[in-house]
Amino acid sequence: MAEIKASFFIECDELLESLQDGLQLMDDGEADSETVNVVFRAVHSIKGGAGAFGLDDLVKFAHRFETAMDDVRSDKLEATHDVLKLFFQCGDILADLVREARDDSPHDPSSTAQVLNEIDALLGSSAEEEAEEEVEFQPMTLSLDLPGIDADPTPASEPSYTIVFEPENELYNLGNEPLFLLRALRELGDMIVTCETVSLPDLDQLSVETGTMVWTIQLTTSEGEGAIKEVFDFVDGICRLEITENTPPTAYLLPDIDLAPELPPLPMPPAAENLSLEAPSAAAENTFLPPQLPEAQPSPSGPPPATYSKPKQAAPAPVNKPAPKTSGGATTPRATVRVDLHRIDRLVNLVGEIVINQAMLTQSVEEAGLPPNSTVRTGLEEFLQLTRDIQESVMMIRAQPVKSLFQRMSRIVRESSADIGKDVRLKTEGENTEVDKTVIERLADPLTHMIRNAVDHGLESNAEREASGKSATGNVHLTAMHRSGRVVIEVSDDGAGINREKVHQIAVEKGLVPPDLQLTDTEIDNLLFLPGFSTAKEVSNLSGRGVGMDVVRSAIQALGGRISITSERGKGTTFSISLPLTLAVLDGMIISVAKETLVVPLNSILETLTLTPSDLLEFGPETHVVNIRNTFVPLLDLGAELGYREPLSDYSGTVVLLIMQEDGSRAAVVVDAIEDQRQVVIKGLQDSYGRVPGIAAATILGDGKIALILDPVDLITQSSGRTRPSSNLEKIAG
Amino acid sequence: MQVLAVDDSRTMRDMVRLTLTGAGIDAHLAEDGIHGLEVLEDMVPPDAIITDINMPRMDGFGFIDAVRSQEKYKGIPILVLTTESADDMKTRARQAGATGWIVKPFDPQKLVKALKMVAG
Amino acid sequence: MTDTSKTPDIHKDGDEIELLSFLVGGQDYSVDIMSVREIRGGAQATSLPHSPSYVRGVINLRGAVLPIMDLAKRLGMQEEQKNDRNVIIVVAVGERTVGLMVDAVSDILSISEEDMQPPPEMRADQNRNFVSALTIVNDRMIRVLDLNAVMPETNEEAA
Repeated sequence: MAEIKASFFIECDELLESLQDGLQLMDDGEADSETVNVVFRAVHSIKGGAGAFGLDDLVKFAHRFETAMDDVRSDKLEATHDVLKLFFQCGDILADLVREARDDSPHDPSSTAQVLNEIDALLGSSAEEEAEEEVEFQPMTLSLDLPGIDADPTPASEPSYTIVFEPENELYNLGNEPLFLLRALRELGDMIVTCETVSLPDLDQLSVETGTMVWTIQLTTSEGEGAIKEVFDFVDGICRLEITENTPPTAYLLPDIDLAPELPPLPMPPAAENLSLEAPSAAAENTFLPPQLPEAQPSPSGPPPATYSKPKQAAPAPVNKPAPKTSGGATTPRATVRVDLHRIDRLVNLVGEIVINQAMLTQSVEEAGLPPNSTVRTGLEEFLQLTRDIQESVMMIRAQPVKSLFQRMSRIVRESSADIGKDVRLKTEGENTEVDKTVIERLADPLTHMIRNAVDHGLESNAEREASGKSATGNVHLTAMHRSGRVVIEVSDDGAGINREKVHQIAVEKGLVPPDLQLTDTEIDNLLFLPGFSTAKEVSNLSGRGVGMDVVRSAIQALGGRISITSERGKGTTFSISLPLTLAVLDGMIISVAKETLVVPLNSILETLTLTPSDLLEFGPETHVVNIRNTFVPLLDLGAELGYREPLSDYSGTVVLLIMQEDGSRAAVVVDAIEDQRQVVIKGLQDSYGRVPGIAAATILGDGKIALILDPVDLITQSSGRTRPSSNLEKIAG
Repeated sequence: MQVLAVDDSRTMRDMVRLTLTGAGIDAHLAEDGIHGLEVLEDMVPPDAIITDINMPRMDGFGFIDAVRSQEKYKGIPILVLTTESADDMKTRARQAGATGWIVKPFDPQKLVKALKMVAG
Repeated sequence: MTDTSKTPDIHKDGDEIELLSFLVGGQDYSVDIMSVREIRGGAQATSLPHSPSYVRGVINLRGAVLPIMDLAKRLGMQEEQKNDRNVIIVVAVGERTVGLMVDAVSDILSISEEDMQPPPEMRADQNRNFVSALTIVNDRMIRVLDLNAVMPETNEEAA
């Protein structure tokens, strides 16, 4: 059951997504009737499932929402922009409720009250009835309106009932089978059945589509009349049914045709097994044909038993009978398989193994000195290509379209723009771009912040926009695309652009940059990423929630991504995030230091350079700084920082990697040599060993040896900066 | 017993499947009316059919109609799964050719009971 | 029950445990054979910065990153001269798998439970913490290693 519940929540996410899509189409005026149906069904299905799990808050709200949608569907309500705005809000609340139900967190009714009121206002007079009915919807179970089991429990003298049951033709036409009804009745207590044949015509005139049987049942039961009615619920209205309680509870009358004992193991006529067709009806007939009329018993040689349904006298045409819809709007659902994420991760790991193994194989083949055109080499070449393809396909299994993420963002836009009274339109593009699932999850927070930022700071107020000749409604664009093996996500607005004078001024005021330093536009834009820059002057309750762009950038970097800004005064600002397709591999620079091989994530390296004596400046008694184009960058000796060796006595001529820290500060990291640059498969270290300071993970190189992957940010934060050998200092453990 | 259950909600399908298999009934599942007809075509005629009403491509009414219009399926009991308990619903279901109805969310025991009632 | 056992001292009861015995710094140690995954020759380990001295580093065990512990150091013994005859016993403890670097593997022993003695309380050396039981085989004292105690502490954040 828990599994089904979990699957229900997954389905909810999908339904909420199609709900969003549908509403968006409606809002864009591109909806057809099927769109409305899709939206309706989404809400409807959520309600249905929620009911099954007793998620009452969700059921209640979904029901109200569904009612409103139904009005739109039946053209009672026009889906104007305002109505849709409300529906979007409803969708958001529905998503909240789903989440609350999933997390088992309490629901705050006040959060939905206002929207519910608005829906009521929308529905007008019908709302009240609906509200009534809504309470009524609570039934957790069946419609079979039974007082049922809890009826009179006085078994002392069990009441008995006389039931007269005369099916009408319709009963048979709808696939009902009196035999089963009688059998269900038998479950309630002892009973005696008589079949009246008064109206049964002679056999040669027997036409089964006309109800000719009347059963009289004597039933002794403590279950009450309600339970009896329940049995006949499905045939209510298509049969004559009389139930009367017998005053003296006596089993009376017609002992000679007492069929009751035979009932429990009802002789099932063979044909009844595929009962769908004519057979069971005939079987019922056989069974219940009273002994008084032996001549009516169909003989095997006689005319085949007529069936109730065969000649079908034009059954009443179903009223509501929509023809199979083949409208273009209907999309065939893509066939999908749900797979446990662990299995995929295992597959991803295994493919990682193959890649590593292959690198080792290639290396040994090379060492074996086989000629370049040998079959082994060409075979290996093909193998290499295949492996790459497999790796790519496997990575794609983990990939998901960014759509769900984008839909969350459209909610952010709706809410944040409403909060500050700006009219903002979000346009999304490339929703089907696929990114690793984990990346999507971890992108939500930074992207939320960026979107808020765009709405809050990027766009001008409605009035300002109009004054500068723009449309009052501001536009935010959210796009995703694949670009040279990476995913690029852009958030752009058509606002006022970055006010660089002001940004510079703030940075100077805060002591982030020296006042006399000349900065390029890009450099000024990048000041936004400095911690502590956050323009406190106008902290609104939106973007100023304690996070600045510096946090955004570190989150992106943690994903192996980069973020950049372009802005044009008066035209708008674009933030661009570039991310790796997966977290399982990393573009790395292979370096060596103190005879150890390490991998440095490429995205953290700004540039590499070889130090000249003039670049190096002594800073403190233990430390150096490097002069890089007139900015001073601390020098870190990787070998010393990792405890592999003592600081060198002279650093001139050494290779340094200029590494950018997440706060924009930089460090020059000394290595012995740069060996290679390539993709490596990331192997967690945490599970097998634990956290290692300065180290993010490990990987396996072509020679089968493990190389550690550096965590530059952690390394710099933890660094001692010691770059001068001194014997009196305690050696760092290694 | 063989039962065909048609519902576009995976959750509902899962629940129906769980309920039926728990009662020793073979469940055949379909996602909408069209799919339901396809599945029906590929199987021995079931002992009963359970169908949702609101579904994409072909809804429950259309599905029942399509089933009932074929001679070989005319006598199959059909139960409608609906979230509406209103009498109106019963009337519509019956007009469409349904044998019985069950209100979602359903009580597993009652679903089985209802099936026994219409299909033995 | 077709007991054609090579070891004559097997008792009827199932209270036998099998131990893998090995030499560390010239002393006899052993571990429950159920926790042993494999035994392999020493490999060049990649050292982990800021790790305790007994952590030799990590090696590639068929694609997995396997931490290697120098057991002699872990047990607080004076390090002998480096010998390359080192053997790695891969053991699984709970969710974790580590390699124990030892001098040499000696034997597989079947010991009945009653022949196991609790280690005496000896405060002077920390060794006590790593030994869960003692037993005598062929006049040699064999220490049964408490693997849980030997595991490197994982949650040591930054050094």
